[in-house]
Amino acid sequence: MKKESYAARLWQNIKKHKSLYLMIIPIVLYYLIFCYYPMYGAQIAFRDYSPKKGIVGSPWAGFRHFRDFFNSVFFGRLIRNTLSINLKNLIFGFPAPIIFALLLNEMRWMKCKRVIQTVSYMPHFISTVVISGMVLQFTATDGFITQIMTLFGYPKQNLMLNPALFQPIYVISDIWQGVGWGSIIYISAVAGINSELYEAARMDGANRFKQMLHVTLPGILPTIITMFVMRVGNMMNLGFEKIILLYNSSIYETADVISTFVYRKGLVDQSYSFSTAVGLFNSAINLLLLFTANKLCKRLTDYSLW
Amino acid sequence: MKKNKTDLFDIVNLLILLAVALVTLYPFLYVVFASLSDPVALMANSSLLFKPIGFSLGAYGKVFQNPSIYRGYFNTIFYVVVGTGVNILATCVAAYVLSRKQFMLRRFFTLMFIFTMYFSGGLIPSYLLVKDLGLINSRFALILPAAVSTFNLMIMITGFEGIPQSLEESARIDGAGDWTILFRIVMPLAKPTIMVILLYYAVGHWNSWFHAMIYLRDADKMPLQIFLRDILTRSQLGAMTGQTDVEDVGQTIKYATIIVSTVPILCIYPFIQKHFVKGVMIGAVKE
Repeated sequence: MKKESYAARLWQNIKKHKSLYLMIIPIVLYYLIFCYYPMYGAQIAFRDYSPKKGIVGSPWAGFRHFRDFFNSVFFGRLIRNTLSINLKNLIFGFPAPIIFALLLNEMRWMKCKRVIQTVSYMPHFISTVVISGMVLQFTATDGFITQIMTLFGYPKQNLMLNPALFQPIYVISDIWQGVGWGSIIYISAVAGINSELYEAARMDGANRFKQMLHVTLPGILPTIITMFVMRVGNMMNLGFEKIILLYNSSIYETADVISTFVYRKGLVDQSYSFSTAVGLFNSAINLLLLFTANKLCKRLTDYSLW
Repeated sequence: MKKNKTDLFDIVNLLILLAVALVTLYPFLYVVFASLSDPVALMANSSLLFKPIGFSLGAYGKVFQNPSIYRGYFNTIFYVVVGTGVNILATCVAAYVLSRKQFMLRRFFTLMFIFTMYFSGGLIPSYLLVKDLGLINSRFALILPAAVSTFNLMIMITGFEGIPQSLEESARIDGAGDWTILFRIVMPLAKPTIMVILLYYAVGHWNSWFHAMIYLRDADKMPLQIFLRDILTRSQLGAMTGQTDVEDVGQTIKYATIIVSTVPILCIYPFIQKHFVKGVMIGAVKE
């Protein structure tokens, strides 16, 4: 009964606002074709896809591709690298913009502050290709970072051939590129803090450093938690393009992550079904992380993404 | 608060921030100095650069003699202009409909679009779709699959929702249809928000390379970033792994190429950064 009345109301709505419905058709088609059809196509993870037979025509393979992946020699290495790079990025890369924003907030000389901010945004506007090219140049045998490293006892040799150095280089270059841009959101959060809180803290004899720790930092905590959830929920997909540009076969041991493996297996070796299975596994983990982080956030702050 | 005298805290803070700014800036300065250096002198040099060693413009001459850089620039401009045009049109139409309170399926479609931000079919199914559509090696492969960014769409909806309904109603009384209202009233009033997402889209197209690498085949359709990748990372790889079939390009030429391809962005970003900053804020509010 209720359903019928909904359909009737919808029909009335369509008749009344025909042009709105016509306008949205191309957009809905776009989403159906370019976003939802690939989700339907992801079923080739459970088939032995061959381009000639098409998606539905290819024979079923069950969970064989997933089993192959879990049993493959690369499985442990890929999980280890994906987790290790992301955790390093989280531990060092996440607090960096927060600290930068706190320090900037304490800066007195406005002109100088503005110049430092503008300079710090600059790397964000440079393309991944150029950033990666610069990193490769600087860490080549005669690059200037390699030269500096020789002072610390490293051999004068291309740093990108040393498996122990890939992850630090990757994380440091990420921080270098993102610290200024990432601080914007925190700077705007700081601007929203009630200035009476600072007055009160000063009355209590708190110096500037203590005010920063006990007023500013708690004031932006909700923003920090939100950003943390978003970051964790995106973990499995981060940095894939940059790793493809930076790595080479001699450092796969520490540089190869799930998403780069999907790219190599799927588009270079053309094992479509196998790499779709690996990609689906990656998406599932990512979704799980997002839900967990969101739930945790809801419990901690009463705030959630949905 | 401002009455306090400058104390040790301020000095230390200033020094730290200046150090951060310097570390951010130095790699770019190094690239500038190296690109202007004499190639032989640069090879022999083994320390930081604080000015070009043995000034030479030869590398820039070589870069400008290379026809691929013009082709790359031309293609990139094409993708940025056409791609961003499609993006803005599609995003504005979608945001207009989804911000109309009288549109009954508003919530349904909004959720349907948002879902794609958190889950996707993945790289291979998307690639196979583009292949099955016959878009491989077509310029449309860089434009159609990226027609709408859901994140930008959400920013746009927030922008359109901020426009008073009364304006729309009075236009409707005057006989204006939805298209007229969108183009004549809503879009002009939402110009600041449109500016923000226009810049997001444009910079995205300018910097994009991965789709060009997997979808395009012909060298004469490749954007600048692919050309840059070939010069900056491929030849490096050849030198590292000892392959001789990949020709190594001189150091100074690489640095000059970075400068030539990056200077347009570096020149305009100080002027447009405030729009981007605004985008970060709107995005944050929406989230």
